[in-house]
Amino acid sequence: MSSRVTENFIGFYTIVEKEIMRLVRIWVETLFPPIITSALYFTIFGNILGQHIGKIDGYSYIEFLTPGLVMLGVVNNAYSNVAMSFYMTKFMHTIDEMLVSPLPNFLIVLGYVIGGMFRGLIIGSLIFLTAMFFTPIHIAHPWFMLLIALLSAMLFSCAGFINGMIADSFDSISIIPTFVLTPLTYLGGVFFAVSALPHAWQVLARFNPILYIIESFRYSMLNIRQANIELAFAMIVLFVVVLFGVCLYMFNKGIGVKS
Amino acid sequence: MAQTVLQIEQLKKVYANGVTALHGIDLNVKEGDFFALLGPNGAGKSTTIGITCTLVNKTSGNVIINGYDLDSQAADAKKSVGLVPQEFNCHVFEPVIRVLLTQAGYYGIPRRVAKVRAEHYLKKLGLWEKRNDQVRELSGGMKRRLLIARALIHEPKLLFLDEPTAGVDIEIRRTMWEFFSEINNNGTTIILTTHYLEEAENLCKHIAIINHGRIVENTQMSTLLARLHCETFILNLATPLLQLPIITGFTVRQTDSTTLEVDITQTQMLNDLFAILSQHNIVVSSLRNKANRLEELFLRMIDKKQEVIT
Repeated sequence: MSSRVTENFIGFYTIVEKEIMRLVRIWVETLFPPIITSALYFTIFGNILGQHIGKIDGYSYIEFLTPGLVMLGVVNNAYSNVAMSFYMTKFMHTIDEMLVSPLPNFLIVLGYVIGGMFRGLIIGSLIFLTAMFFTPIHIAHPWFMLLIALLSAMLFSCAGFINGMIADSFDSISIIPTFVLTPLTYLGGVFFAVSALPHAWQVLARFNPILYIIESFRYSMLNIRQANIELAFAMIVLFVVVLFGVCLYMFNKGIGVKS
Repeated sequence: MAQTVLQIEQLKKVYANGVTALHGIDLNVKEGDFFALLGPNGAGKSTTIGITCTLVNKTSGNVIINGYDLDSQAADAKKSVGLVPQEFNCHVFEPVIRVLLTQAGYYGIPRRVAKVRAEHYLKKLGLWEKRNDQVRELSGGMKRRLLIARALIHEPKLLFLDEPTAGVDIEIRRTMWEFFSEINNNGTTIILTTHYLEEAENLCKHIAIINHGRIVENTQMSTLLARLHCETFILNLATPLLQLPIITGFTVRQTDSTTLEVDITQTQMLNDLFAILSQHNIVVSSLRNKANRLEELFLRMIDKKQEVIT
């Protein structure tokens, strides 16, 4: 490895390490709440209400619900981790430490995205483990499941990075999750099959990236083909490429970080 | 002949709100120099530093650092620069040593090398005992010194000190001056901005004064000080003076019963003044400049009272 490559790797590793250390340092706020929330979901929606819903595509409601809740944790936590961490870096001006350094912009962006992915996947794994206490777990396509989890975490880490860049207050960090991310999540098929929606809503739902994530992940676990999985996978990859490109473009321009 | 370590050509910055912070300035700083970049608030100092350290986007112009173009050879150029910012910007919940190791990481410095350097600079700046404390627990002076250690961790050739001693007590300030002189003597080029003009006069070899986004002076410190045509001294008298006698050839003002102010031009001698005062039985117990010499020049230049400068 040339010295420049080695230096860049050390710089990249430093950002990832910093992000993971941040997660570990505040583990009470980062790791516990999703476990408690998902346990409540499994109890109330899965066990109590689920008994009255009946089977969906041959699975009990709680089994149907599990992939959606796991991805809900992955998506929300990947997003919020990067949005908050990057905004705090701006707020405290510690971003200057990176901006003055010779580290290439794409590695700075990638470092934050990997940090968000790490948290998303840790939380997803914890929810997965929590689910084991409530329902039998099925994994039909383990490698595809891992791939979808990775891509989804990356997609929403990128979205969180964009939020962190354009945010100019702590309120800005919560506005998008509240008014955009939460509705997309709830309309993305976490709690129901999109085929149950009226036709017009089904068409609209196709513009929602979370729908492709949930459908793909549900397929990887339960082998339920609610939609064209190949198309869903392609859409996820497309969203990842586009959003990472937007992150890089904005960071290169210094939007939200340079005057 | 010393190499040019910083070359700024026609640097212009217009902010989004339409304010022109820099009107196409040119600036050259030689290797090994201790360079003062002075100006009033809003003159363009921080914008110049911000662009050079890639914290601010330029509108046009070129910046070449240590021979590397900041646009086309950014990584090499940036490795040559260290910045001690005006505002404190360390992660306050991190331990002191972690701040340095993280910064070293961004510069691609292996951890074992970073640890050695961190120990060196923390000891040099009197922070070694605090290495495991959280940054928020440090005093104001310690935080300032931490910024200096952080800026030096990658051992840059060019160091920007943006008001490094602001809010620091005089004892620590003098210690920091000694440290700056030491690293400058060891080969680090330093560009200093400060509102303590005594600091600039004592430390710097060259000076540039920037005002309203334009360089209004750029010369050697000694050359600039030599251009001071007139200095005002304050004389403290040993005994009260009821009425000021006529002091031929000098402009003297009595401010109170034991204090005189005297304007001394370059052609006048203090000995002559003292001789006249002695004739009138006026005993001077002490004497001082009314203002720091550089301060007088600076204020006159900023006020555009150029007539007092020959």
